[in-house]
Amino acid sequence: MNRIGWSPFSIDAGPASFWLPQRASNLAEGVDWNWNFVLWINVVFFVLVTAVLLWFVWRYRNADAQPSPSHNMPLELTWTIVPTLIVVYMFWQGYVSYLDMATPPENAYEVQALGQKWNWTFTYPNGYVDPNLHVPVDTAVRVTMTSQDVIHSLFVPAFRVKRDVFPGRYTNLWFTAIAEGEFEIFCAEYCGTSHSKMQATVVVHPPGEFEKWLAEASDFLSKMPPAEAGQLLYNQRGCKQCHSIDGATGTGPSFLALYNSMQPLSDGSQVTADENYIHESIVAPMSKLVAGYEPVMPSYKGRLKDQEIGAIIEYMKTLSR
Amino acid sequence: MSTHGPVKQVATYGGGPQVAGDNYLNHSRGIASWIFTLDHKRIGVLYLGSILSAFFLGGMFALLVRTELLFPGKTLMDPDRYNQAFTLHGAIMVFLFIIPGIPAALGNVILPLMLGAKDVAFPRLNLASWWLWIIGAAIALSSIIIGAVDTGWTFYTPYSTSTGTAVIAITTGVFVLGFSSIFTGLNFIVTIHKLRPKGMGWFRMPLFVWALYSTAIMQVLATPVLGITLMLLIAERAMGVGIFDPALGGDPTLYQHFFWFYSHPAVYIMIVPAMGVISELMSIYSRKHIFGYRFIAFSSVAIALFSFLVWGHHMFTSMSPLANMLFSALTYSVSIPSAIKIFNWLATMYKGSIRLNAAMLYALAFIFLFTIGGLTGLFLATLAVDIHLHDTYFIVAHFHYVMFGGTVIAFLGGLHHWWPKITGKMYEEKWAALAFWLIFVGFNVTFFTQFVIGSRGMPRRYYDYPERFATGHFISSLGSYVMAVGFFVSLFCFVQSLYRGRTAPANPWGGNSLEWHTQSPPPHNNFDETPLADDPYDFSQWKQASPAAGYVKVGR
Repeated sequence: MNRIGWSPFSIDAGPASFWLPQRASNLAEGVDWNWNFVLWINVVFFVLVTAVLLWFVWRYRNADAQPSPSHNMPLELTWTIVPTLIVVYMFWQGYVSYLDMATPPENAYEVQALGQKWNWTFTYPNGYVDPNLHVPVDTAVRVTMTSQDVIHSLFVPAFRVKRDVFPGRYTNLWFTAIAEGEFEIFCAEYCGTSHSKMQATVVVHPPGEFEKWLAEASDFLSKMPPAEAGQLLYNQRGCKQCHSIDGATGTGPSFLALYNSMQPLSDGSQVTADENYIHESIVAPMSKLVAGYEPVMPSYKGRLKDQEIGAIIEYMKTLSR
Repeated sequence: MSTHGPVKQVATYGGGPQVAGDNYLNHSRGIASWIFTLDHKRIGVLYLGSILSAFFLGGMFALLVRTELLFPGKTLMDPDRYNQAFTLHGAIMVFLFIIPGIPAALGNVILPLMLGAKDVAFPRLNLASWWLWIIGAAIALSSIIIGAVDTGWTFYTPYSTSTGTAVIAITTGVFVLGFSSIFTGLNFIVTIHKLRPKGMGWFRMPLFVWALYSTAIMQVLATPVLGITLMLLIAERAMGVGIFDPALGGDPTLYQHFFWFYSHPAVYIMIVPAMGVISELMSIYSRKHIFGYRFIAFSSVAIALFSFLVWGHHMFTSMSPLANMLFSALTYSVSIPSAIKIFNWLATMYKGSIRLNAAMLYALAFIFLFTIGGLTGLFLATLAVDIHLHDTYFIVAHFHYVMFGGTVIAFLGGLHHWWPKITGKMYEEKWAALAFWLIFVGFNVTFFTQFVIGSRGMPRRYYDYPERFATGHFISSLGSYVMAVGFFVSLFCFVQSLYRGRTAPANPWGGNSLEWHTQSPPPHNNFDETPLADDPYDFSQWKQASPAAGYVKVGR
């Protein structure tokens, strides 16, 4: 995709430059080409303006003012028309590259992403849910995204992709990872207290490894003791962002010694945090709110299977011994 | 032409020091004579004090933010406090300081003087505008006590309708402040249409007046949309009317469209008057007629019109490709009139006699910084690149180069330029120059660093950040401290001038726009007889008698 026949800018998968992070997706080429093009146009105009500014200050400082015209139509038309032509070209190049980014190929591998305060979860075609985005290298991947609560934005600097994630609607982005390894995912739309902690990783697997990883990861409930699977779910599905396991205060009550304890509720009554209460709090968090906490937890109804909720309860039991 | 009123005044007051006549500052006494004054100059001074207080408060929140970001992890406060600090920094700076900044403070004092008028068209509306500012500020800042808002200054839904903080208080305050802004705009439009003196056709107006006129149009047309948007937000939050919240059947992007339909023109409400100030300064301190008067005047109007068509560029990561294409193309249209102004200002210096005093340093710094701010806007208008840069520190750096490097620097330049006219006192150039260099260097260290961490992927509004951004954040915070020291030196310079400064002559800089045709500070009625206007950029009739006596008019 060499746009102007000869290009001074070499673009393929590559390390970070002074300005930009490493390039790890097919879309980085278009973005970086445009970045470099705008950068050099900017450098030319910046140097021009600054040089003229400094030269005039040096040359005419405390000089005798000499008569010179205060208007020159050809000159003024030139510096109107030339920048106009440059930005028309700049617009077109930026638009063409953007169209590549906005048009996922038909056969792309589909992953569902869900943003919520303050974590990401990614659902693979077989129904497995993971806190990180695992993809095969050199394969077009389309991520269809929605939010559980407020607006988030999925941003992978190394891929040069970003798309806002809204509650109540689907948006999507796509890319083909062209380098193996791990890359940062940030939330780029401000979403409250732990906005800066709403991070995840894109794991780009070597050819053939992705399917193996998915098969193995999907099988965790049958391979692990329930409490261990519960710990995994606690870490991966957004519990740990709000519920500590060491008694520290968080957005929600700590899981330490929570199981089977008496909890005061916001309506003044009390409840024993047994299996039934914990199950109810996960699928319908607003029904019995522990006193002193904001009603902010999203419902996990339909997002955690009963077996998974059971595993989490088993894990909580281990924290109450 | 050379023997009308102003010449006599120059002869009378030009000597400055020995004349201590009646002026607007000592015309009447007592606090009521100030807070209920109808004198545009006093209202301007009230505004100046008010917005500078807001600037101080907003600056303190900025220092809190930068100090928290000095190191990764917790430095000073927890994440909720940090989120409140950056929200208050943004909201205070935008709504309480920059939007009213140049028009309501400098414009109020200078516009009627430039028109040779005794006051603005509607003095009572002018006073009402200031009172609305005070009331709006009080309501908005009461949110700090009720529950400081943590939404960011943009109040995006559904976060702003679900957070537990005092969103209704701050948005009500901003709603009231909007009317303050509309009143000023309306007043200026009528003033400029109806109160121009003999000899001042549209193309004899000083360019600062053109800029205030363009700004006023935007204030009157765009601000009501902000008012409506905030009303809808309040209706949704207080009464559960579903407009923006998808859980209630609303659409959160609708809020963003409404909000930016105001807030993009608002960016130009901030920068266009700054450009007007720079046109005055570049011409006067180069002792040269402004170059390309009509192109500069029309480019102000062009910016005002285009500003209504580009709001979508704040939403490239959420709109359809078609909408993105249209808004990207339209966004470039704003860059052309801005470029024209830069070239015209440079051409104005050609073969001039450049005087590097504090005001001119600020004007030159404006050109330097606004060039960076404007050029980096090209990255953001370019669709493919904006997708990467959207909501990173690159954006933060870009709009600070425009808002601070542009508007605040021009405001400071204008304040130095018109300070002798407003207060009747001169300040020490060496202190002003020291303050300038601290602010200029501190600013670039703070914000140029943010371009680099931003393009490398650092998202904005982050309480904590990965280790690889630590050096950048550290340098940026150090720069902000240098800037803060610069502002305190500047404050010292102005306070020192009030107490110790020598008396200002009527025309210390040799300008020819009409505010320099009356004494410093001006009398209560500005001009005993309406002056006759001629070319505001023809300085040939003014010669410097002595630094103390300033410039006096000589026969041609």
